[in-house]
Amino acid sequence: MTLSVDFQVSLPTFDLVVAFDAPSGITAISGHSGAGKTTLINALAGLLTPNRGHIETDGRVLFSSELEINLTPESRQIGYIFQDARLFPHLTVIQNLKCGRWFRRLPANPSIIEDIVTLLGIEQLLSRRPSQLSGGEKQRVAIGRALLSEPEVILADEPLSSLDTNRKAEILPYFEMLRDQLNIPIVYVSHDADEVARLATTHLRLDHGKIIAP
Amino acid sequence: MTDWLSPPEIEAILLSLKVAFWATLISLPFGIAVGFILARFEFPGKQVVNGLVHLPLILPPVVTGFILLKLFGTQGPIGSVLKELGIVIAFSWTGAALAAAIMAFPLMVRAIRLSFETIDSRLEDAARSLGGHRWHVFCVVSLPLALPGVVTGAILAFAKAIGEFGATITFVSNIPGETRTLPSAVYSFMQVPGGEESAYRLVILAVLVSMTALILSEWLAKRVKTVVEGT
Repeated sequence: MTLSVDFQVSLPTFDLVVAFDAPSGITAISGHSGAGKTTLINALAGLLTPNRGHIETDGRVLFSSELEINLTPESRQIGYIFQDARLFPHLTVIQNLKCGRWFRRLPANPSIIEDIVTLLGIEQLLSRRPSQLSGGEKQRVAIGRALLSEPEVILADEPLSSLDTNRKAEILPYFEMLRDQLNIPIVYVSHDADEVARLATTHLRLDHGKIIAP
Repeated sequence: MTDWLSPPEIEAILLSLKVAFWATLISLPFGIAVGFILARFEFPGKQVVNGLVHLPLILPPVVTGFILLKLFGTQGPIGSVLKELGIVIAFSWTGAALAAAIMAFPLMVRAIRLSFETIDSRLEDAARSLGGHRWHVFCVVSLPLALPGVVTGAILAFAKAIGEFGATITFVSNIPGETRTLPSAVYSFMQVPGGEESAYRLVILAVLVSMTALILSEWLAKRVKTVVEGT
């Protein structure tokens, strides 16, 4: 599976103009803060509409200014892992995990849920609320929640930047595992060179809204 | 209680509770819808909608009552249609509930709108990225998180509905057993010689009911907030 991207977003201070293909594996996008990384990823997720361009996954058009197609975030099948996890505070961990399956009317399938829970090592946390989790635990649950919605593409917006060094080391292997075991494109935004070096299969550098050589 | 209160007093209290209960229950879905729309959407005419919702708070209640009478009276544009269907609101307790609901609506909407506004809309974005359609997101994320405000809004509206006087007496008059609510009863007792004592008892009750509602709404809102946030 490949995510093909070619679009332009006008921002107050500069234009974000990007064109790239993200194949299966991790496409890391680095750049200073304010380079347009979050804007880029939000446009992929459908939370923001580009001024013109085209976004598609293996022939499924998600956005096209020419064809006047603009799928809503909920119909893009793109899992989004946010910097701040954004777990639903009123739901338990297991309810958070299941909610994407419920939204998409996917079969409840206990064995898939169990596999992912075990994979992420969050068996002990299932009945807790997000407020009772550490930063690293929250991020693991957020990864599980995105995976269980069975996305065709995963977006991760600086998922480790709010964690300390130890917690980063706790989460990094999970992204390596996603990269090596899932056959889907993962667009991973980060300004941390070490993280990018360790994870990226493809590396793009963003500067003032343009992709420059890494 | 029967020793302390006379039958007309009990009647007035029970009627007030019935009127306030139905006024709150029927207006709550509308209050949630309007509060959510005002908090989350920008559209032309938003200020007009906002103004209309708040109008009963600012208009003299007698004016609101007069407008209701002209609209919902048996000769009025809405009242005549309802009469065809066999429903008469004017001068009945259902009319009192309508007047109370409209007078309490601004308070209800304000509390609900505020609580929707304080929800982090990025949580709603997260829900959409998981495949949640607007209605899903509303039911699973927005509404549960706004619940403390909804509870506060409902209780405030209930308290306001119990105390509503001006619009009620203008619209549905002051008929014992039908539209003589607690405030109307106080007013009536004040007009008759020897009615002072009854008026006092009802005044004390009104203060008690209102204070209880205020304290209860604060307490419940806090409780619900703890449950919702899981802290």
